[in-house]
Amino acid sequence: MKADPKGVLTGTHFLDGDHACCEGALAAGCRVAFGYPITPSTEVVERIASRLPEVGGVFLQMEDEIASSIAIQGAVWGGARSMTVSSGPGISLMMEHVGLAAMTETPCVFVNVQRGGPSTGLPTLPGQADMMQARWGSHGDYEIIAIAPNSPQECFDLAIHAFNLAERFRVPVMFMMDESVGHMTEKVVIPPPDAIEIEPRRFTQEPPEKYLPFAAGPDLVPPMAPIGKGYRFHVTGLTHDERGYPVMSAEAQEKLVHRLVDKIRTRADEIERSQEFMTEDAEVLLVAYGITSRVVQRTLQLARQKGIKAGLFRPVVVWPFPGKRLRELARKAKAVVVVELNYGQMVLEVERAVCGAAPVRLVPHGGGALHDPEQVLKVVEEVAR
Amino acid sequence: MTQPRNPVEPFLRMDRMPHIWCPGCGIGVVVNCFARAMLESKTDIDSVQVVSGIGCTGRIAGYLRMDSYHTTHGRAIPFATGLKTARPDMKVVVFSGDGDLVAIGGNHLIHAARRNVDIKVICVNNFTYGMTGGQVAPTAPIESVATTSPFGVFEQPFNLAFLADSAGAVYVARWTTYHVRQLAKAMREVLQKPGFCFVEVIAPCPTIYQRRNRLGDALDAMRFYKQQSKLSEGADTRTLDIPMQGPIPVGRFVNRDRPTLLENMNTVLGKRLGAKFTPYPTGVTR
Repeated sequence: MKADPKGVLTGTHFLDGDHACCEGALAAGCRVAFGYPITPSTEVVERIASRLPEVGGVFLQMEDEIASSIAIQGAVWGGARSMTVSSGPGISLMMEHVGLAAMTETPCVFVNVQRGGPSTGLPTLPGQADMMQARWGSHGDYEIIAIAPNSPQECFDLAIHAFNLAERFRVPVMFMMDESVGHMTEKVVIPPPDAIEIEPRRFTQEPPEKYLPFAAGPDLVPPMAPIGKGYRFHVTGLTHDERGYPVMSAEAQEKLVHRLVDKIRTRADEIERSQEFMTEDAEVLLVAYGITSRVVQRTLQLARQKGIKAGLFRPVVVWPFPGKRLRELARKAKAVVVVELNYGQMVLEVERAVCGAAPVRLVPHGGGALHDPEQVLKVVEEVAR
Repeated sequence: MTQPRNPVEPFLRMDRMPHIWCPGCGIGVVVNCFARAMLESKTDIDSVQVVSGIGCTGRIAGYLRMDSYHTTHGRAIPFATGLKTARPDMKVVVFSGDGDLVAIGGNHLIHAARRNVDIKVICVNNFTYGMTGGQVAPTAPIESVATTSPFGVFEQPFNLAFLADSAGAVYVARWTTYHVRQLAKAMREVLQKPGFCFVEVIAPCPTIYQRRNRLGDALDAMRFYKQQSKLSEGADTRTLDIPMQGPIPVGRFVNRDRPTLLENMNTVLGKRLGAKFTPYPTGVTR
């Protein structure tokens, strides 16, 4: 399905990442959104508040992030595409509802413009320390998808991708921006609507009397039902059977939660997305995502000037983690260097994926500023020896 | 000869019976009154969406054979707000308990009332957290006993009618589960009334609240409601406190008209944006 022209601002723009993310959501068909102000994500909700009324949609600033994160789910069951936007403390408040969306298979998007933490931390400065929270932040076993854009253009393009993946897999998608990407202004090209592919919501073909709301086919993703059409389905955050009815048993838990996890794990190849720079002959493999993947481009340049065969592997979809490809590259490398704005989060996943094929070294940073490419270079030089 | 069927059966998920509520619990009465209100008002079953939070009353969504959502603790109202915003043509009814709606969900309650979101909130007030075994609720009368107030509650409880009224609800009523006719009528009225409507239902909890407080069984509760309810139609909501084993003021206290959230949105945006703005559907005909 092609994008609804109403929401697409075709043309060449000069936008910051927050605004570009908003335009991506509108292009993806988001017409109902809820949010709460919090730096550095406020510009997303400000823009969507001014844009939605022009395209036949509604934005409501809710009383808190908890309300926003469940209002989107009410809207989605009502047939809308919906998202909410926040940062640090607000995302922490939303976590219960990430779990609800995972459990009830509600396709929706949570935008996290990451700032320095923990707690109130550094509201106006960048961080990348919510990466594990995005994956594990709600209680219980579940899978989500997370995407880390590194430019305003990607904030637009990948926001559409986020909505599409949410629909295809019926999961919450975490859109992991950061303060730097959110506040940097660059050229953003918005294509014409017929060049934007939109994943339609999959509705059941069964009549109400035959419909089982949580019975999935081989793709493990059950089709949804429209409301008000006699399907009279029940949705619950309790462990439920294929009818959607609560069942308190280990068997029901095994059947449901196993599928929720498997629908992502067994189809990870379809979801994973990464970028590579100069990896063909890389002996030192840098791994970075989001804003940091741009910072280390400079490191890459400097290293190559010094004759070090350095390359960069950048997870674009960070969860599920593109580990298979990383392992292939690591096998040919002398060392893997993970650069991230935290004290060691995705590095754990990198170590897991690399699985001893090469030594893994972390270049941590507490956030509040970006890495110095020359400092990263020092580590590259060290491990290249 | 076929077995006569209860007329409310089409509204129930009969394949889920028996339900989890205790003998003598008042929640079933509330479900019955709602089904009767739907029947009597000839409301299309597929035009109504039911949202619940967590707790004993939160299970109502699971027993109504309608599009129904059992959400998280305290958050039925913001879910309902999202649903109503996406589908203004639907009637959205929230059923939940006093703990769910007023303790953990209290902020959402007052903001939805302030905004005049066009949803109907049926709050079953049994003065306790039944599902978890009888902890103190924000409605628990002073000196009542709860597992987490073993020597008696010493906090001032909420007067829910006053709370809903002062936050801006356009319809506020309180009945007990003894008042099945009045309760069904109140539900009929709110199904027809645009805006944020709040119906409090005082309900017995013989297993937990009454047992701990030595207040007898379900029948004693009914007798008590019959004897102690004081019809107070149109009363000043500040006067509607419910003392421990004191009189229970009941009736319809508030019935006024205010534009709904979406109506207000259309008015303001229409004024400011002019021709650029297409009015959003509100689901309200006036």
